[in-house]
Amino acid sequence: MTAPKGLVSTGGVMGYHFDFAALLPYWREFARGVLLTLQLSALSTVLGFVLGTICAIGRTDGTRLIRTCIAAYVEIIRNTPLLVQIFLVYFGIATLGIHVSANMAAVTALVVNVVAYTSEIVRAGLESIHKAQLEAADCLGLSRPQIYWHVILRPAIERVYPALTSQYVLLMLASSITSQISAEELTAVANRIQSDTFRSFETYIIVGILYIALSFVVRIAFWAFGQTIFVRRRKLHTPL
Amino acid sequence: MASFSSTHFLFLAVAALWTLGLTAIAFVGGGLVGFAVALARISGNRILRITAAVYIQIIQGTPLLILLFLIYFGVAVIGFKTVPAILAAGVGLTVYSSGFLAEIWRGCIQAVPSTQWEAAECLALTRWQRMTRVILPQALRMATAPTVGFLVQIVKNTSLASVVGFVELAQAGKLINNSIFEPFTIFIVVAGFYFAICYPLSAWSRNLERKLNVSHR
Repeated sequence: MTAPKGLVSTGGVMGYHFDFAALLPYWREFARGVLLTLQLSALSTVLGFVLGTICAIGRTDGTRLIRTCIAAYVEIIRNTPLLVQIFLVYFGIATLGIHVSANMAAVTALVVNVVAYTSEIVRAGLESIHKAQLEAADCLGLSRPQIYWHVILRPAIERVYPALTSQYVLLMLASSITSQISAEELTAVANRIQSDTFRSFETYIIVGILYIALSFVVRIAFWAFGQTIFVRRRKLHTPL
Repeated sequence: MASFSSTHFLFLAVAALWTLGLTAIAFVGGGLVGFAVALARISGNRILRITAAVYIQIIQGTPLLILLFLIYFGVAVIGFKTVPAILAAGVGLTVYSSGFLAEIWRGCIQAVPSTQWEAAECLALTRWQRMTRVILPQALRMATAPTVGFLVQIVKNTSLASVVGFVELAQAGKLINNSIFEPFTIFIVVAGFYFAICYPLSAWSRNLERKLNVSHR
């Protein structure tokens, strides 16, 4: 084995020779995979958060019918695997006769999934707001939308922000499952590269490290975002 | 073209048993490893503590899909020519659940008030006695609800075992779909099976939580 030092580790486990150099030409593809994973998860996170919050409000303040429907939706989603949901959305859209790309189907499935989890987390936040707060806001003459925005929603979100962060990190990791309907994200890229190079183990080690790095990046991004929007927390350094 | 029949339904029912079996393997294996990791995570030894923390970070930062691929191809690396699907899937899910169960249980152990540790120490109990007689029984009460909750996650995540060729519910659904192509019907039935397994567990977990009233303490 005469390979350049540094790129190739020749320390084989039981005769296996690791060859990371074979994957070097594919760095562009890895980068594109990382980018697409980030795009998929960012889009699903934003849509999931908005729709999830609406569902949470509907679940706490809606009419009986709305409450029951949302509760049923949440239970169904939380008790079935994402993989099956992805298949259902993917084939379901096709059955309706609408032609969408695999990536669009992936985002749709991820949103359908994460809305259920988000709504449960946000609901916990909404329920944690003390009744006295609402009465105090009423006494101050705040309008209903004002009360909702300043007294209920913002403190509720701030309180459950850590749980939301964890959920969206999990969402980013779960986006790997969309490779099963050939959405072109990081895992799908890995699957293709390993079948090109036959360096399967090395490919998945690299991708594993990339995912770990991504989950750190997502966490840090959420922390920084939290610091900017929750002014009170930044100034007082105390959790709500 | 054939359509969805009782034969297919039966095939899915048998596959559901494999899902349950795989869940059991992952839960027992993951429980044993996870418990050891949880203890290592709170041990007095700094190196042990850090190793356990790194292990948990790696597991929780990698998608299960990638873990499964790594183990599937990794077993080949250490010299086995062919990897039985159940081995790859079982080991993969065991590793996955150990990382999460360890963190859940560590939280429960550390949630036992520190006065309990101190009191046990004052009674001159050894570290082992303190753990088994005082801390763990109390931690166990707190751990039951989230553990059952995580069991639901394991059931759902066994669906990913299909990528290493293990025929459980999701894979069985795919196989039937390949022959009769009625994706909507098939996957609704598959989802129904999962729901029938997971919903009682979720309800049980919620019930336990309410009984213990942990969240309102």
